[in-house]
Amino acid sequence: MANIGLKDVRKIYSGGVEAIKGVSLDIKDGEMIVLVGPSGCGKSTLLRMVAGLESISSGEVTIADKRVNELEPAERDIAMVFQNYALYPHMSVRQNLAYGLKNRNTPKDEIDSRILEAARALEIEPFLDRKPRQLSGGQRQRVAMGRAIVRKPSVFLFDEPLSNLDAKLRVQMRVEIRRLQRALATTSIYVTHDQMEAMTLADRLVVLNSGRIEQVGTPIELYEKPATTFVATFIGSPSMNLMALAKGADWTIAPGLNIPAQTATLGIRPEDLVVADGSEQLSLRLSIEVAAVELVGAESYIHGLTASGSSVVFRTAGRSAVELGQRTTLTADPRHFHFFKDDGTRL
Amino acid sequence: MQSVVFPNKILPYFLVVPQIVLTVVFFFWPAGQALYQSAMREDPFGLQSGFVGLANFRQILADPNYLHAVQVTVVFSVATAVLSMAVALILANAADLVVRGKGLYRTMLIIPYAVAPAVAGMLWLFMFNPSMGTLAYLLRRNGIAWDPLLNGDQAMVLVVVAAAWKQISYNFLFFVAGLQAIPKSLLEAAAIDGARGSRRFWTIVFPLLAPTTFFLLVVNTVYAFFDTFGIIHSVTGGGPAKATETLVYKVYNDGFVNLNLGSSAAQSVVLMVIVIGLTAFQFRFVERRVHYG
Repeated sequence: MANIGLKDVRKIYSGGVEAIKGVSLDIKDGEMIVLVGPSGCGKSTLLRMVAGLESISSGEVTIADKRVNELEPAERDIAMVFQNYALYPHMSVRQNLAYGLKNRNTPKDEIDSRILEAARALEIEPFLDRKPRQLSGGQRQRVAMGRAIVRKPSVFLFDEPLSNLDAKLRVQMRVEIRRLQRALATTSIYVTHDQMEAMTLADRLVVLNSGRIEQVGTPIELYEKPATTFVATFIGSPSMNLMALAKGADWTIAPGLNIPAQTATLGIRPEDLVVADGSEQLSLRLSIEVAAVELVGAESYIHGLTASGSSVVFRTAGRSAVELGQRTTLTADPRHFHFFKDDGTRL
Repeated sequence: MQSVVFPNKILPYFLVVPQIVLTVVFFFWPAGQALYQSAMREDPFGLQSGFVGLANFRQILADPNYLHAVQVTVVFSVATAVLSMAVALILANAADLVVRGKGLYRTMLIIPYAVAPAVAGMLWLFMFNPSMGTLAYLLRRNGIAWDPLLNGDQAMVLVVVAAAWKQISYNFLFFVAGLQAIPKSLLEAAAIDGARGSRRFWTIVFPLLAPTTFFLLVVNTVYAFFDTFGIIHSVTGGGPAKATETLVYKVYNDGFVNLNLGSSAAQSVVLMVIVIGLTAFQFRFVERRVHYG
């Protein structure tokens, strides 16, 4: 059980490249924090700095209010689940689970009972005497989880643990990770580039962009009130439509509709755009030509082009009412508008 | 595999002729000669030879000198393989830690491999020659009665060191490659699991290097058995009192010095059987060596 503190943490590589440009964050005890961002944003680097696998160029990392900058990974009381699982291939599952405990001189019978406990929780009991190469991807993933939980560390670190699994298994493991983390109430940092994973797992989400925090908040806060256009387009799929106000020619805004003066960009989520039926008042009207229709099952994504060639996407339940090549007019409820300044920050 | 069909019927045979000629002239013919000679015995004047069946084999296997050579060969091979592999493994691990000048460090360590066996032998002979060797002088000054010309154990140490020294480069290259093939995340996982230094080496690194180590063990054994003639010949000449006479050296000594062709041929047939055995062993276990996945 431990809180984690990052104070103006920076990572500068020997070549002078700054990968982490001053990150400060307070993680509460038992909280599940998800670091999300595009590849190269520094999320894995940040995680590895907490783990002690990367040195910290400046700033301070604390675990349970204790400075850990100078501590070895083993001394930080953390456990990490790696993207490629990093199971020891020459050891059986049992030995893999026992390894960390043996190195800490845990008594033999306690090792056995902890392994059994973890194996039961993860349903890997039948595989305890197999080698990792005899296991499927999902089973290896469970063993990697097991290796983390037998140690009963105060912090779990997950480095894209599900990205090597197929889609179905990923959903299943995602639910399981959440369940386990809740049950153990262990402070966790989870790195992913998959925003679906991020949204469903996080108590709080941290969106990183080129080494800086863009926004921290609960998934719903980030979805409903993105602080920047970056967060607005990164969270949510398909991503938010951003329209530059300068290109006003594409659409008409009903007179009297209140748009803040500093607004440079207007954002509307795909699900907030609907085909106009003429009854709407005080709203925006956007005319498009349908360029593509994607039916994904329960809903359809319709991609349209405006007169000036900007693309717009909106979502309808079930099958699309409009067809390819058709011209149609879209509208949206002003309550769902997101306003951004010209520097990309939210108004 | 796709089978390639040449339009010309004769050309493909023509293309493999050089290799086949080389193999026949330098491998099959001598091997056949050895087999033939091993069943023959010359008269004392070398005027005629007669068929004796397996008598040559019976004789060498009952000969205490031959059994002594077997023992010398085993000691020499094991010592050479272990020494050269151990030193190479230490150097390869050290190379992993070098931050600056990695390329230079590696290049320097590869140089001994390019030195001819006889030259390598002379090098060590000069350094440890009891009368003029610099290092021999140092040894004696420190109270060690160093005289490989009279002391068989010391002569053995000298040839082992010289033979191992030449093989270190080769082993080093394979160990460096083997170390690089170990996924970094495994070492990181081990670091988080609390394994450091020698513990991490023996529980994670060394087991993962097992395929490389196994391969090198076979290669080094073959090397020590068959490729060290030049070193032994230049350093000790098999002496003192046959203390460093390995099987290969005895084949040479009995055949070309003592001119006992039948016995020499029988001994080389025994070596041939050993080579075939080692090669089969290598194909069976090393080619399909353990792959961790």
